[in-house]
Amino acid sequence: MRDTGPVVVVGAGHAALETAAALRAAGHSRPVILVGAESEPPYARPPLSKGYLTGRVGTEELWLRPEGFFARQDVTAVLGDPVVEIDRDSDRVRLASGGRIAYGTLVLATGARPRRLSVPGADLDGVFALRSLRDARELRRALGAGGDVLVVGGGFIGLEVASAARGLGLRVTVVEAGPRLMGRAVTGTLSAHLAELHRAEGTRVLLDRELVALRGERGRVRVAELNDGTRLAADVVVVGIGVLPNTGLAAQAGLTTGNGVVVDRWLRTGDRNVYAIGDCARFPTPHAARPVRLESVQNATEQAACVAAALTGTRRPYTAVPWFWTEQCGVRVQMAGLTGQHDREVVAGSPAEGRFTVFCFRAGRLVGAESVNRSADHLITRRLLAAGGAGPAPDDVARPGFDLRRHLSPSA
Amino acid sequence: MAKITYKHPDGTETVVEVTAPNTVMRGAKLNGVEGIVAQCGGSAQCGTCHVYVDEGNTLPLPEMHEAEDDVLYGTASERRPTSRLSCQLPVSEAIDGLVVHLPPTQT
Repeated sequence: MRDTGPVVVVGAGHAALETAAALRAAGHSRPVILVGAESEPPYARPPLSKGYLTGRVGTEELWLRPEGFFARQDVTAVLGDPVVEIDRDSDRVRLASGGRIAYGTLVLATGARPRRLSVPGADLDGVFALRSLRDARELRRALGAGGDVLVVGGGFIGLEVASAARGLGLRVTVVEAGPRLMGRAVTGTLSAHLAELHRAEGTRVLLDRELVALRGERGRVRVAELNDGTRLAADVVVVGIGVLPNTGLAAQAGLTTGNGVVVDRWLRTGDRNVYAIGDCARFPTPHAARPVRLESVQNATEQAACVAAALTGTRRPYTAVPWFWTEQCGVRVQMAGLTGQHDREVVAGSPAEGRFTVFCFRAGRLVGAESVNRSADHLITRRLLAAGGAGPAPDDVARPGFDLRRHLSPSA
Repeated sequence: MAKITYKHPDGTETVVEVTAPNTVMRGAKLNGVEGIVAQCGGSAQCGTCHVYVDEGNTLPLPEMHEAEDDVLYGTASERRPTSRLSCQLPVSEAIDGLVVHLPPTQT
């Protein structure tokens, strides 16, 4: 009976930790072993590109659980010693140190790694990615030294770093290859609003422009060259051009991969004893036409809970409503649902006053919302999407004085 | 340092000691108090650290700001006059003895 063997979680990030915690909270008594590459105990990543860089959030505020948590919960945490191989014939994983651990159930929570810049000079000192606490510590130190900051990529990470760096009083330029900011994640309406906000804060935002080379002096970056011939001073370069899911182990073990470890709606791979969750997993969802891979704390924690439920006998498909948030230029931006396929958007509130929500519809049905300083819209949209009801019609939203709170029935 | 009591919907309670500069939310997370999810990590974004402050409370709590008020319109359990986001309640000696009630569900 393999179901009685240890639950081995590959990874020690948010999804991994929540899996262990949820198993114990449900009274699960099998051994639980977390194996992570980083030597830090599990920490919160969202603040790394925001308050941590400005010093508003300290390191001690990042830890997800108190010291002694693992011992108290009877969870074994193997940190700083990554899994390097999965052997599905013998149901064992092999660690970098050479150790082997047998599993009854394997949960892959391997996360993702930053996509690397492929231009000349990409490995000069002063060029940073931002994913881990270690990355954030180094970047914080570099920003503390001042100078010109170049952010490559106008996505979540890039814009949050730009905002933090401006907050520290540095000169900041964002270079985005696409025609708008956060182009893959948000509507044009929100993109334009964010570009305005960043420019108003004094950040230079260059769209439709690509970095072609970094030039340095004595091994340190100094100048960035763009494809239109522009040369920019750059003492610190932050690369925020997306992440790649860590699928190597799964692929090596013969599991199906392709922009993520492919799982079914119960988050199981083709092997019934192997699950994949969090940033590394690609899964079908009722909220999108095609399987998706999502990078968010919400997704990590709720997928962890889903797997823990399956392992404790209450199996249910994963149907949670995706949501995301970002903080830039002191503004709260919250996104509910997946809006990629929408065919109509209606704005409620006032973009001019910095408080509005873009409601997105497909075939007349609400599929998501992007809120700027309008959290009630965001939270209620999440609940409406979860309830699967009709929600407001586009014409309702377009009426003056529209208030989504009236659309929330007590049962929703 | 403040002693905070978290009362669960089933009538049991957990009492923990929390130090500044933590919040009532982090006090729960750090001590493994069930019933506080705190998906956003404490930035008044997600509404999953919702608590009801005890009705008899006389300890000084900060005024609710606009963002917290906004989030409380969308919490999973009903909003009441005593509703707060525990991530917006900083811990100090001034709130030693605070009692909060956990809602039936956060998500």
